[in-house]
Amino acid sequence: MSEERGYLDMDLLRFTTAGSVDDGKSTLIGRLLYDSKNIFEDQLDAVEASSKQRGDEQVNLALLTDGLRAEREQGITIDVAYRYFATPKRKFIIADTPGHIQYTRNMVTGASTANLAIILIDARKGVIEQTCRHAFIASLLRIQHITVCINKMDLVDWDEDTYQKIVQEFKDFASRLESVVEVTFIPISALKGDNVVDKSTHMNWYQGPTLLYHLETVYIGSDANHVDARFPVQWVIRPHSNEYHDFRGFAGRVAGGVFKPGDEVTVLPSGFSTKIKAIHNMGEELQEAFHPQSVTITLEDEIDTSRGDMIVKPNNQPKVEQDIEAMICWFSDSKKLQMRGKYILRHTTKEVKAIVKEVKYKVNINTLHKIEDDLEFGLNDIGRISLRTSSPLFYDSYHRNRQTGSFVLIDEFTNETVAAGMIL
Amino acid sequence: MHTYRVTHLKQLEAESIYVLREFAAQFEKPVLLFSGGKDSIVMAWLARKAFWPARMPFPLMHVDTGHNFHETMEYRDKFIADIRAELLVASVQESIDKGRVVEEKGPKASRNGLQTVTLLDGLEEHAFDAALGGGRRDEEKARAKERFFSHRDEFGQWDPKNQRPELWNIFNGRKLHGEHFRVFPLSNWTEMDIWQYIKLENIPLPSLYFAHERECFERDGTLIAKTDFISMLPEEEKSLARRTVRFRTIGDATCTGAVLSSAATLDDIIDEVAAARQTERGNRSDDKRSETAMEDRKKQGYF
Repeated sequence: MSEERGYLDMDLLRFTTAGSVDDGKSTLIGRLLYDSKNIFEDQLDAVEASSKQRGDEQVNLALLTDGLRAEREQGITIDVAYRYFATPKRKFIIADTPGHIQYTRNMVTGASTANLAIILIDARKGVIEQTCRHAFIASLLRIQHITVCINKMDLVDWDEDTYQKIVQEFKDFASRLESVVEVTFIPISALKGDNVVDKSTHMNWYQGPTLLYHLETVYIGSDANHVDARFPVQWVIRPHSNEYHDFRGFAGRVAGGVFKPGDEVTVLPSGFSTKIKAIHNMGEELQEAFHPQSVTITLEDEIDTSRGDMIVKPNNQPKVEQDIEAMICWFSDSKKLQMRGKYILRHTTKEVKAIVKEVKYKVNINTLHKIEDDLEFGLNDIGRISLRTSSPLFYDSYHRNRQTGSFVLIDEFTNETVAAGMIL
Repeated sequence: MHTYRVTHLKQLEAESIYVLREFAAQFEKPVLLFSGGKDSIVMAWLARKAFWPARMPFPLMHVDTGHNFHETMEYRDKFIADIRAELLVASVQESIDKGRVVEEKGPKASRNGLQTVTLLDGLEEHAFDAALGGGRRDEEKARAKERFFSHRDEFGQWDPKNQRPELWNIFNGRKLHGEHFRVFPLSNWTEMDIWQYIKLENIPLPSLYFAHERECFERDGTLIAKTDFISMLPEEEKSLARRTVRFRTIGDATCTGAVLSSAATLDDIIDEVAAARQTERGNRSDDKRSETAMEDRKKQGYF
């Protein structure tokens, strides 16, 4: 293994999978973990025993990813489960989400941090409503890479025409989506293992990569925003020690752009400008900081700055406004969105109050049609609303920056997170 | 062309530091739960980084079962002095003496289950409203769905159906009076990541993690160290022998299994973990009691 110890130089790729009980999603993940040798003996033993008990003919790889007892009893996945595996090139974090319409909120949650989405299509069924739903959510959450796995190729005799027909169907649909940068199609059989980790011997007509090879090599270096410098202040560090008597550091995670010592910066909301004195990561002084680094910035001049403020560049500032237009996904199963209702809104490190001014429309996420006659938002509904906040937000459109363009709404009384929002 | 690349370890570090700062900012009386194991060591190390050059704005609390390897305790006191943190101890022995819990009887008795009561009592005594834990989602399937900010009701219980969705990097730590949160900054780390990071940062560890000679006996297919806290069954006594072993996790001395190993350095351990065929909890007898043992304990307030 020593020759593979390039771990100081490995990337991290986060991807999401959405699928329902029948399309083989759990089998696919089980296959990825198993064939890439990320399954341990005791895990496999447990799965073998369970498979036998259930009367399955072969070891049921889907059981590897079955989580909580309630789910096993009902045979469904009811939440986002996170899985991990690594190859010598990359570490992977899978946000594994159920694909049924009633779990839209889970899909949205899983997609919010993903670089890539895997969409599974059953080769016997082709593009169905669920496929459209998954693709729409991936595009809404601005996942830039979509990998469409056309699964169960073994059940259509590894037929190229079937595959090509589905590819064309998907492309026709995807042309109506915004923001997807790259779509890759791979014919696979998760059950038999074809084109998942090992190249298929049944489909010589397919010259593209296996799924794992694609996950290992897809270029994600330009996904983050390195243009608009944004630093939401998370915490102010004042040691009050003799050694660091005058140290006043602003701790946070770079949300966009690049910061360097000597850069001229403006602090919002005060609007005062100064220069960056130094950028610290504990004892280490950095020459630059960019997303997703967590650092501590010191400034040349003492400017009143606290949590919720934002350090930016004077010539490239975010919008500073109280009226927000956003797409939201409603998460609460007990309460509906209240017109004129007041919510707590969390955006970057800031918390404000927000009032719902208008519901514009909802989206039928299977057909992408706008719904304008029924504007009541319940669990899993997605649509466009206008909000007014109690004090200005420093924001960019979600399309431009996922960190400074996203927010959640919280119920004032139960503290439940009731909605996720993407600013237009 | 200039590329802005952050390796997986540095991304995990940045994410954990972000979570630690949110934790400090969102709660009134936070605490870090320190077990002395490698995960809580890495967590405390990251906490020191997150607030440097100030001291971390919360104390460490150790739930002490009284059944410790002495190496763990020596290490604990030195490490905590080095990172300039404050330590509180919540003692299981005290809970037993006060009659809060009743000790299990028999040779396979473990204080593991009692820890939960001591932990909750400790949190209550100091009025902590949020506690950091070193749990990782890759450890066990009940943890795969755990949130970074995990909501607990006033009885400290975890309801898997009533957890808040976490999107992007926005964490909702709002709560009603009496409720608390468990926060897991290492959620996205795997055992391998932890070892690689320890190597990268050159973090000192308790000697138990490295191969050493020790008297061990076999219990249910696991090697258990002979200590003053444990009595052996007759057939177990026959298996008692000096072996070259190390520990993959460090918990209560009575239920943490050793593995045969000659891995004496971090590089050896990284190689061993890469080649391992068993998960690290595979030899913790507390998880083996039933298939959903972890899920059940979590619901009662276990970490």
